[in-house]
Amino acid sequence: MTEKTPNQITEDLLRPIFQTSWKFFAVVAFLGAFVVAAFAAYAYQVYTGIGVWGIRRPVFWAFDITNFVFWIGISHAGTLISAILRLANATWRRPVTRCAEVITAFALSIGAMFPIIHLGRPWLAFWLIPYGSERQIWPNFRSPLAWDFFAINTYLIGSVVFLTLPIIPDWALVRDKAEGWRRRVYTILALGWRGTPRQWARLESAMHIMAIAIIPVAVSVHTIVSWDFAMAPVPMWHSTIFGPYFVAGAIFSGIAGLIIAMALLRKFLHLEEYLQPVHFDNLGKLLLMMSLLWVYFVFAERLTAWYGNDPAEMVVVWATQRGPFAPLFWTMVVCNFLIPFPILAIKRLRTITGTVVASLAVVIGMWLERFLIIVPSLSHKYLPYSWGDYRPTWVEITIMSGTFAGMALLYVLFSKAVPIISVWELKVGKHGVGSRE
Amino acid sequence: MEPKPQKKWAMVVDLDRCTGCEACVVACHAENNIPTVGAKEAAIGRAMHWIRVERYYEGEFPDVRAKFRPVFCQQCDAAPCEPVCPTYASYHTSEGLNGQVYNRCIGTRYCANACPYNVRFFNFYNPVWEKPLHLQLNPDVSVREVGVMEKCTFCVQRIKAAEIDAQAEKRELKDGEIQPACAQTCAPRALVFGDLNDPASEVARLAKSNRATRLLEELGTQPKVIYLERESWHDGENS
Repeated sequence: MTEKTPNQITEDLLRPIFQTSWKFFAVVAFLGAFVVAAFAAYAYQVYTGIGVWGIRRPVFWAFDITNFVFWIGISHAGTLISAILRLANATWRRPVTRCAEVITAFALSIGAMFPIIHLGRPWLAFWLIPYGSERQIWPNFRSPLAWDFFAINTYLIGSVVFLTLPIIPDWALVRDKAEGWRRRVYTILALGWRGTPRQWARLESAMHIMAIAIIPVAVSVHTIVSWDFAMAPVPMWHSTIFGPYFVAGAIFSGIAGLIIAMALLRKFLHLEEYLQPVHFDNLGKLLLMMSLLWVYFVFAERLTAWYGNDPAEMVVVWATQRGPFAPLFWTMVVCNFLIPFPILAIKRLRTITGTVVASLAVVIGMWLERFLIIVPSLSHKYLPYSWGDYRPTWVEITIMSGTFAGMALLYVLFSKAVPIISVWELKVGKHGVGSRE
Repeated sequence: MEPKPQKKWAMVVDLDRCTGCEACVVACHAENNIPTVGAKEAAIGRAMHWIRVERYYEGEFPDVRAKFRPVFCQQCDAAPCEPVCPTYASYHTSEGLNGQVYNRCIGTRYCANACPYNVRFFNFYNPVWEKPLHLQLNPDVSVREVGVMEKCTFCVQRIKAAEIDAQAEKRELKDGEIQPACAQTCAPRALVFGDLNDPASEVARLAKSNRATRLLEELGTQPKVIYLERESWHDGENS
């Protein structure tokens, strides 16, 4: 690529903020329709009762918690990868970090809604908050759901701070270029950023602290999400492998989500010169490694269960390997390994199109993985007399499609308000300007 | 005066006596205001019966025998349902019962997933009693609303009523004075209720029987429902 001057970079990356075409409104309307439908379906559910879902005894969790784990998983690409790449000082990261961090903030917000959405009486969700009530009842701190509450909120606040800090200089840049109402809004957002050496020094040390602090938080969040399952004596849930297994799966699906988001941004915001094949190639290699790690975890989990030969666990193992859930299980294996592995392992195929195809497969596969952890176990608990079944209803499907549209919608709106590629970081990387060095 | 030992309510189910008549199921519905959900809901697995009679067949045709096992909340001492509830709706009472506070339940359904016995029931909709069934609701038992988990309570309303009576009359509770609805209605007397901490009680005596087993006791849940069976259903496990 021909070297761009700092002014060209600014102009290219701020263009989406200052120019709005009819396409933007069309996309917002299209995605918004799904989100509105999801809210309508949810209102119907709250009004009528959660019986409008397909859950039934003994499968009391299904699409709801699948989506919860899935979206929390997607959120793991962003902040974690960005933090690791920042600490490792990988220079190719510069155009990627913000796309990634945004995924975390939004996917986490969507995921965190599900523990409330799935409640039988969601209007009482505030009982999970430890506040001094007149009855002096606290949440039950032994419950993994109470741990979830703290873990997810910590991660959400940390990720939003981690995302916002490096946006401040860019908001100042928009402020300086803008006029009228935009200038007033971005003046507030820029928090008085003047670009003094002292401000740069503070920003950099704050970013460094956050990058280090957010990594253990990210690992703990998905470990605690996995403990929602592992703490219950349910066949194939009660396993020590679940913490690292879920963290690896989360990063796996998160990288896939990031690649898809980057490809869409590249195409629709014309960022071809910023999000280059090398970025997809590098992320593709990471995805390849996570795919192998995922296979390793699934293999380890299944093999130990098989050797342990616990009757209750073997029922679940066979239900997924060759029973009623086998089609979903093998689709998952195809999506998470057989499709992405050759694409990502062969350098010639590890192109932008190749990595996007692999990522789409992984996102589908990882959604199925979460479903297959939850439903087969619950439907085959110990006593055969009370085994059960599950079929989703239109309400669950509408809410789920609303979350995907909602994620895209939030992303589109965000890229309207914030340069989706960190302008100052790119300039630092290319020209060494903008920073105190 | 020596402190009285804490009560430990338990139920003995004599499987050798159970005929599978399901009178206990009906009695439980009537006593505890358990809604009927209708054929359509029941067909997809949302029927609510705090007590169910599991039917298994033993042997090969024509030498077949049906076996019945009434299953209800096992009132575990180490109950998996209790620690997972984020709001203490599911908690351990001082008399060892697995309490369920309907008003405190927010409907995470986590307890039902954690329960190995699948004896917890969820109100998917607000309950409806078709006329004239609405006239037979038991005033001693609260009606549960949509989004709330419920399960067998060992008829805690009867336990409390008997305790209050005994206290008012300044006497000890007598063994057999408390009868949960299922035990009261059981014609073959397969269900016996009482205090396991009272060595003279009938349940304590029966619990010592060499026919005694507990359901899924290998999970470490320490259930307080004791099943008596002369022959094990499992091969090579005669006792």
